[in-house]
Amino acid sequence: MNRERKRRVRLVVCLALALALAGGLIYTSFSAAAQALTPTQLIARARPGVTYQLTGTVVAGSVRRTTNGVLDFRLADRSGGRRSIFVQYTGAVPDPFRVGRELIVTGSVRGASFIASPGSMITKCPSKYSPAK
Amino acid sequence: MALAGRAALIIALLTTLCGITASLYGARRGRRELVEVGRRSVYALAIVLTLAFAILEVAFITNDFAYDTVANNSSLTTPLLYRVAAMWGSQEGSLLLWVWLLSIWSSLAVFLTRNRLREIVPYAVAVLLGFGTFFTAMLVFFVSPFVTSSPAPANGAGLDPLLRNPSMMIHPPMLYSGYTFFTIPFAFAVGALITRRVDSEWIPVVRRLALASWMFLGIGILLGAHWAYYEIGWGGYWGWDAVENAALMPWLIATAFLHSIMIQEKRGMLKVWNASLVLAASTLAIVGTFLVRSGVLSSIHAFGASTLGVPFVILIAIMVAGSIYLVVSRRDVLRSEHQLDSLFSREAAFLLNNMLFVGLTFVIFWGTFFPLISGAITGTESEVGAPWFDRYTVPLAIALVALAGIGPIIPWRRATLANMRRNFAFPLLATAVMLVLCFTTFGAGSSAPTVAFLCAAAFTVGSIAQELGRGYLARRAMSGDSPPLALVSMIRRNRRRYGGYIVHVGITVLLLGIAASSTFTHTAFVNLGRGHATTVGGYTMTNVRPTAAIVNDPTSTGALLTLGVVVGVTHDGRYVTTLHPTAEYYPDASGAEGPVGSLISGDAVSELSLDSSLRRDISAAIDAAEIQSALQPEINQANALVARDGSIGPTKQTELSYYLLAAIARGYLRHPPSAPLKLASTPLVAWLWIGALILLVGALIAIWPGPGAVTGRARARYLARVAQELGRA
Repeated sequence: MNRERKRRVRLVVCLALALALAGGLIYTSFSAAAQALTPTQLIARARPGVTYQLTGTVVAGSVRRTTNGVLDFRLADRSGGRRSIFVQYTGAVPDPFRVGRELIVTGSVRGASFIASPGSMITKCPSKYSPAK
Repeated sequence: MALAGRAALIIALLTTLCGITASLYGARRGRRELVEVGRRSVYALAIVLTLAFAILEVAFITNDFAYDTVANNSSLTTPLLYRVAAMWGSQEGSLLLWVWLLSIWSSLAVFLTRNRLREIVPYAVAVLLGFGTFFTAMLVFFVSPFVTSSPAPANGAGLDPLLRNPSMMIHPPMLYSGYTFFTIPFAFAVGALITRRVDSEWIPVVRRLALASWMFLGIGILLGAHWAYYEIGWGGYWGWDAVENAALMPWLIATAFLHSIMIQEKRGMLKVWNASLVLAASTLAIVGTFLVRSGVLSSIHAFGASTLGVPFVILIAIMVAGSIYLVVSRRDVLRSEHQLDSLFSREAAFLLNNMLFVGLTFVIFWGTFFPLISGAITGTESEVGAPWFDRYTVPLAIALVALAGIGPIIPWRRATLANMRRNFAFPLLATAVMLVLCFTTFGAGSSAPTVAFLCAAAFTVGSIAQELGRGYLARRAMSGDSPPLALVSMIRRNRRRYGGYIVHVGITVLLLGIAASSTFTHTAFVNLGRGHATTVGGYTMTNVRPTAAIVNDPTSTGALLTLGVVVGVTHDGRYVTTLHPTAEYYPDASGAEGPVGSLISGDAVSELSLDSSLRRDISAAIDAAEIQSALQPEINQANALVARDGSIGPTKQTELSYYLLAAIARGYLRHPPSAPLKLASTPLVAWLWIGALILLVGALIAIWPGPGAVTGRARARYLARVAQELGRA
C-alpha cells in the first residue's frame, strides 16, 4: 500500500470512529435525559416512575416542615399560573429557599405529589440581573 | 457625573470606530501614521473606559442612589468592600467591567507587540476595537449603567447576602479577564490569516497570548469552584452547570491549542487545525459570555431574561462565519510541511491529546446545549444531568492524565524500542506499585475508574519526576551548582518545558482531589439535640452548645442576628476539631413579618464551618430557615407584644423590638431547639486546591518572559536541538 493510500485509509477509519462515538453520545443523551418541566406541564403529562426536573417558584403559605426532616411545599409556574404541585423534599435546603423564589428539584411523581430525590434541590444564584426594562 | 459617564461611553464608542477605520485604511495603504492612530485608539479606549468605570465605582462607594444600578445593587448597610464589588453584581455593571478589562488587556497586548508583527498588528487592533465597539454599543444603546432617577431613593436594595463573600471581589474580575483575554489571540490569529503571516514570528506571540488567556480563565474557573464549594446549594465545587461548562469549554480548547501549536512550531504540521483551534477557543469564550448574559439556558446563575440575546447571536455568527472563511481562503499558507512519521511519536501523542480535548469539549457542548437541542427536536426541553457528563468525561480525563505522562517522555518523530525501555521503565514501575497499593492498602479495588485514574496518575507523576530528576542531575553535573541553585537554574533555562511539566503534575493532583472527594464523601443530614452525637465517615460529631449573637456588624456582612451551634469532632475518642456552623439573618425592609420578625426575615445565609487538612475536610452547616421556623412561636409572641403597645411611638417600638429579639436569642441559648445540621467528611479535597496552585505556578513559570526574551528563545531552541541530537545518539 502506498503512503497516500495509507493516509487516506487512516483518515477514514478515524472519522468513522469519531462519528460512531458521537452517535453513541447523542443516543445516550436522549435516553438519559430528564425532561425539564414547569408545574403546569408536569401536572398535564407526568407519568409515574419517570424522573423529571421540575422548575418553579415556591407558593406563599405552602411551606411546612414535618418532624422527620421532610420539607413540604408547593411549586407554581414562574409566569404565575394558578396550578401548583405538592412537593416532598429531604436533604440540604439551600439558603435562598423561601416563598416566591425559583428553584429546581429532580424526582418523580407519586399520586398527586412530586417526590424529590434527597439533596436534589438547586436554587438559582440570586444575582440580580433583572430583565432590561 | 452620570452625564460624564454617559459621555465617556459615547466617546469610547467613537474612539473604537475611529481606530478601526484608521488601522484598516493605514494597513491597506501602508500609511504608518494611520496605523499608529489605530494603536493609540486602543490606549485611548482604555483611558476613557477607566474613567467611566471609576465614575460608576465612585457612585457605588459614596452610595449615590440617584444611579438606578446603585439603588438596585447596593445600600447604606452594604459594607464598603461589597459596595465596590456590587458594581459588577448587575447586568450593566458587569458589561462595563467586561469591556473595561477588554480595553486594559488589549492595551497590554498592543504595547507588548509595539515593535513586532508590524503587518499583523493593524488588523489585530481593528479586531480588538471591533469587540470594543460591540460591547460599548451595548452599554450606550441597550443597558446603560448611567441611568439616573430623580428624586434619588434614600436607600438601595443592597447586594444579595449570598454574594457578600470575599470571592465576589475576585472571581468575576478574574473570569472576565479570562474571557476578554481570549479575544486577543483571536485578533492576532485573524490578523495573521488576513496578512498570510502564519509564521515563526507569529507563533510564539500567539502561543503566549493563548497561555495568558488560559491561565486567567483557569484561575477564574477555580475561584468559582472554590466559592461554590463553600456555599450550600450551589452543587459543590463542580455541578456541570451551564455557566460552569461555558467557561470550561474555551479553556479545554485552549489547552488543546497550547499542545498542538508545539507541533507547528517544531515540525510545521497541523496549521489548519491550530488556526481553527485558536479561533474556536475565542468564539467559545464569547459564547460563554453570551450564556452568562442572555439567560438562554437555565442555570443556578439565574441571570433572568434579557434582551441582549440577539446582538450576541449576531456577533457569534460573524465570528464563526469569518473564522471559517479565513481558514478556507488561506488554506494555501496553512499547508503542512511534514507528515506524521509514526504512531509512536510525540506528534501522535499530541494528536491524540487534541482529539481527546476536542471530544471532551464536544461532550460538554452537547450536554450544555441539550435543553435547546432536545427542545427543538422533541418539543420538550430536557436536561442530561451530572451522571451523563460523568460517564463520558471521567474516561476521557483518565486518558488525558495518562497522556500527560506519555507526552513528555516519548520522542519526536519515531520512538524506538531502546528509547521506550529507557524512558518508560520507571513510570511503569510507579504504575505497578500503585496498582498493588490499590488492591492491598487503599481498598479502592472495587471501583474500576478510581484504580484506572490512580494508575494513570502514578504513571504521570513518575514520568515527570524522572524528567525533572534527569534534567537536574545533568544540570548539576554540568555546572556544579549547589542543589537548590541547580534546580532553579534548570527551570530558568527552559521555563516553557519545566513550566509545562509542573502544570501536568498540578492537573494530576487536582484531578486526584476531585476523584477522591467525589467518590468517597460521607454526608449526613441530622437533627441533633444539645449533647447528642452522630457518626459521619468515622468521625463522631457532637452538638456541644448553641451560640447566638446580635450585632450590627457593617464591616463584615451586615447581618443582624447570627445563630449557630458548636460542633465537637472526635475520631476514636481523640479530639479532632471544633466547628462553628452559623446562620446569619438579615432584616427585611418591607416589614411584612411584623416589627420583630422583619428584623430577621430578610435573606438568611448558612455559613459553612470547615476544617480542612491534607487528608480530609470536615464540614458542618446549619439550616437557617429551619432554625428560624423553630423560633416562629416566640417571634409571633414578640410581634404581638410590640403591636399591643402601639401607643409608645415608633422610636420606642423599634427599641422594644430589638430588646425582644435579644430576648429571643437568649431563649435560643437557654433552650436550644434541636439543630438541623448537614455534616460531611470529604477525603483529599484539599489536593484539588493544592493542584490548582501547582498549576498556577507552572503556568506562571511557562509564561514569564526571561531576560532578553529573544536571545533566550534562540538559545533554548539551540539547546533543545542539541539535547535532541544527544538523545538520539
